[in-house]
Amino acid sequence: MSGDQDQSSRLQANIKDAIAERSCLRLMGSGSKDFYGRGLGQQKVLDLSGNRGIVSYEPTELVITARGGTPLDEIEAALEANGQMLPFEPPHFDGKGTIGGAIAAGLSGPRRPWGGSPRDLLLGIKLLDGQGRIMSFGGQVMKNVAGYDISRLMAGAMGTLGILLEVSIKVLPKPVEEHSLIIDRDPDSATRLIGEMIADSQPITASYSLADKQAVRLACNHQRLGAICLKYGLQESSESSDFWQQLRDQKLDFFQQSKPLWRLSLKPTSPLELTEPCLQEWSGGLRWLYSERPATEIRTLVESQGGHAIQFRNGDRSGDIFHPLHPRILQIQQGLKAVFDPHGLFNPGRHYSDY
Amino acid sequence: MGIDRQSLAAEFLNILPSDCVIFREEELIPFECDGLSAYRKVPLIVLLPYTAEQVELVLKHCHEKQVPVVARGAGTGLSGGALPHEQGVLLSLARLNKIVEIDQDNRLACVQPGVRNLAVSEAAKPYGLYYAPDPSSQIACSIGGNVAENAGGVHCLKYGLTLHNVVQVTLLTIDGERLTIGSNGLDAPGLDLLTLITGSEGMLGLVVEVVVKLLPIPERQQVALAAFDDVEIAGKAVAEIIAKGILPAGLEMMDNLSLRAAEDFVHAGYPTDAAAILLCEVDGSEDEVSEEIMRVRQILLDSGAREVRTAEDETERMRFWAGRKNAFPAVGRLAPDYYCMDGTIPRNQLGKVLTMIGEMSEKYGLPCANVFHAGDGNLHPLILYDANNEGELEKAEEFGGEILELCVAVGGTITGEHGVGIEKINQMCAQFPDPELETFHAVKAVFDPHNLLNPGKAIPTLARCAEFGAMHVHAGKLRFPELERF
Repeated sequence: MSGDQDQSSRLQANIKDAIAERSCLRLMGSGSKDFYGRGLGQQKVLDLSGNRGIVSYEPTELVITARGGTPLDEIEAALEANGQMLPFEPPHFDGKGTIGGAIAAGLSGPRRPWGGSPRDLLLGIKLLDGQGRIMSFGGQVMKNVAGYDISRLMAGAMGTLGILLEVSIKVLPKPVEEHSLIIDRDPDSATRLIGEMIADSQPITASYSLADKQAVRLACNHQRLGAICLKYGLQESSESSDFWQQLRDQKLDFFQQSKPLWRLSLKPTSPLELTEPCLQEWSGGLRWLYSERPATEIRTLVESQGGHAIQFRNGDRSGDIFHPLHPRILQIQQGLKAVFDPHGLFNPGRHYSDY
Repeated sequence: MGIDRQSLAAEFLNILPSDCVIFREEELIPFECDGLSAYRKVPLIVLLPYTAEQVELVLKHCHEKQVPVVARGAGTGLSGGALPHEQGVLLSLARLNKIVEIDQDNRLACVQPGVRNLAVSEAAKPYGLYYAPDPSSQIACSIGGNVAENAGGVHCLKYGLTLHNVVQVTLLTIDGERLTIGSNGLDAPGLDLLTLITGSEGMLGLVVEVVVKLLPIPERQQVALAAFDDVEIAGKAVAEIIAKGILPAGLEMMDNLSLRAAEDFVHAGYPTDAAAILLCEVDGSEDEVSEEIMRVRQILLDSGAREVRTAEDETERMRFWAGRKNAFPAVGRLAPDYYCMDGTIPRNQLGKVLTMIGEMSEKYGLPCANVFHAGDGNLHPLILYDANNEGELEKAEEFGGEILELCVAVGGTITGEHGVGIEKINQMCAQFPDPELETFHAVKAVFDPHNLLNPGKAIPTLARCAEFGAMHVHAGKLRFPELERF
C-alpha cells in the first residue's frame, strides 16, 4: 500500500526531544476519537498516522500485524479479501480511525459479546515507552504466557502508557451471511427472548433495543434463518447491514442529541430505574443514555448494580469522564504509569485527572 | 539470616486454627514440589486456611514480618510455579473450594480459587452451561491455579484461554487489602489490571474469588480423525482447514511416537502406522455440525490425508479424544521419565520445527514424542529419559532448553500455557531483552515492592541472564544462526 512507512526512529527522536524539553504530548492517530476522554490542554500533538502499513498478514495463521497508524479501512479491506474480519468490530465514528487508536481506546462494536474486545484479540505489541525505549511484548501466537501480559494492558489505556508502534491481532473468519431479525414485542419480553436465543446457542452476533424496536443480527444461511424464525415466531427484517454499521459508528438518529451521552456497562440483566430511554446493545451489557442528570447520580445508580459509567460524549470534559476508581487501584494505576511513562509525557489527564 | 520455623509456626497458630498450620518436617515433605517434580524444596511452613479472611490475616502477617509467600492451588502446575521457598510460607488455597453462585441468566459462576476446573462445569451442567477452558489436568487443577497460569487446553482456538473466560477476580494485595478487579459486565473502568493478574504466577497478588464466564453446552460435537503419511502434509492440512473459514472447537496433532504410545495405553483406535494423526472437532447445532464435519472431511482428504474417520457415536468420539488426553501418561510408559515442553510456534513453522527437533533428538540420544495443539500453535515435545542414568536429566533439560530457544527463533514463545515458573526462567533471557525484563520487574514492584510474593519465579534477574547468556553464546555465535530473528 502506498504511504507505508516505519516511523519508529522519528517517533523515538520525538520522545527524546520531549523529555529534554520537559513537554507533554497529545498522541493522535486520525483524530476520530478526539471527542473521547477528558479534555486536554494545549499540548503538542504527536501525529502517529504516518507510522502505517500492514507488516505481515498470513490468513491461515489468523493473525495480522500492522503499524499503529494504519487506517482501519485498510486493515478491514485486506481481511475482507480473505474472508476474515476484526472480531471486535471497531467503531470508525467519522469514517477514519487507525488500528492503534482502536486498541488504545479499547472500544468494540455490536459484535463484542460474541467476538471479543480489543484486549481479548490483541496478541502482541511493539511499544515506544516514555523513556524512548522500543520494546516488544506478547507476539503473534495465540497462546503465550511468558512474562506479564503487558500488551493487553495497553488496550483501553487511552495512550497514557506509550505509543503502539505495531500491534498483532487475532482475526477470525467472517460469517458468509448475516441477517437481521426484528423482534416485535415489548422491550422486556424481547430482552427475555434474546436471552433465550443465546442460551439456545443461536448464532447471534449483535443485538439492539430501543423503546419499541428490538433487533438481532444472526450469522447463518437463509435456511437456518427460516428455522429460527419459525422456532421463536419472528419475522426476518429488511434491515440492511448498514443499520449495524450505523449503530457501531453512532450514526443513528438516537445519537444526534446534544445532551451528555453516557455509556453504561452492566451485567446484561441488571435493572436500572431510569425514566429516560436507553439504547441497549450487547444483549443489555452496554446501554447508551442521554441525560442531564448529575454525574454522581448516574454513577451511583450504575455502581449499585455493579456496573460503571463513562461520560462518552458532550458535557463538561474537565471532570471525571471515566468511572472513579478505588483509591488503591488508582494508586496501582499511577504506579504503572510511572513504570511506562516516568516523565508523564503521554496524554496527561486524558484518562484520569491525576495521571 | 533465616526465620525460625518454630517461632513462625507459633505466630500463625495465634492467628489460624491449629489444623491450618503445618510445620513438622515429615508433614512438610508432600508440599516440596508441584507437578514438576524435578525441583524440590521444603518450605518453612505450610498454611491451609479455610477462608479469604484467614488468607488476609496470613498476608498481613507475612507482610509485617517480611516473610516470602508462595501460593499453591492443586499443585498440578508443570513449571514449578508453586515450588516452595525455603525461608517462606507455602500458602495453599485448596480449602477455599466453594462454588459461591451460578448466575444462569448472565451465564456467570462465582467460585473460590480452590474449586477444581471440572467441578465448575459439573455444577453448571444442570443449567445447560459449562466452563470452556479445559487443561488436560482439569479433573484435579484448581481455578485459582488456572488464573495464575492463564491455563489453556484443547479448545483455545475457538473459546480462548483462561484470560478470555474470567471476568472478575477478588485480589488480596501483599499487605492484605482486598480489591475487586474486573466486573460482572463486559468491561471495567481504568487500566485493565485483570490482564496483568491473569497469568502472573502468584507474583502480584493472591486471588481469593473468581467470576468466570459460562457457555451454553453445544447441542452436538463431532470429531474427525485423519491419518497422514507425512507430518508436514498434516501441518498443511491444518492451514487448509483455517483457510477455508472453519474454526474448529479443537484441532490436535500427534506424531507417530505419541500416537503409538496412546494406542497401546487406551486403545483409541488410532492407525499406528501413520506418521501423524489430526483430530478435528466441530461443535454447534445438529445441522451445523453435520454440514461442517463433511466439509472438514473433504478438506482433509483434499489436503492429502490417507484416511479420514468420523466418530460413529459418542463412545467413539470419547475414545478418539481419550488417546489425545492421555498422551502424556501414555508416553510416560515408554521411559522411566519424561520431560514435557510447552513452546508455541506460528503454525506454518511446524514442519521446520519438527525436523529440527528430530535432529536434536539424535544429537542428544534421547527420543522425543510430539503432541501439538495444532489449532493454536502450542507444541508439547515430550523428551524421554532415565533420571537414574547419570547426566541424563541434565541432557534432557538442555535438549528442552534448545527446543524452546528454537520456538523463540521462529517467532514463537517459550511457554504457551504451562507458565515460566522456575523451569523456564533461563529461557526467558532468550525471549526478552533487558528493557522488557526490567519492565516486568518494575511492574511487579508496583504490586509487591518488597518482592515477597513468589520471589525468584517467572522473571529472571538481569544478572542471571548475563550468566546464562555467557553459557550459551559459544564463541560469539548464537544458536540457529540460519534463522531470521523476530
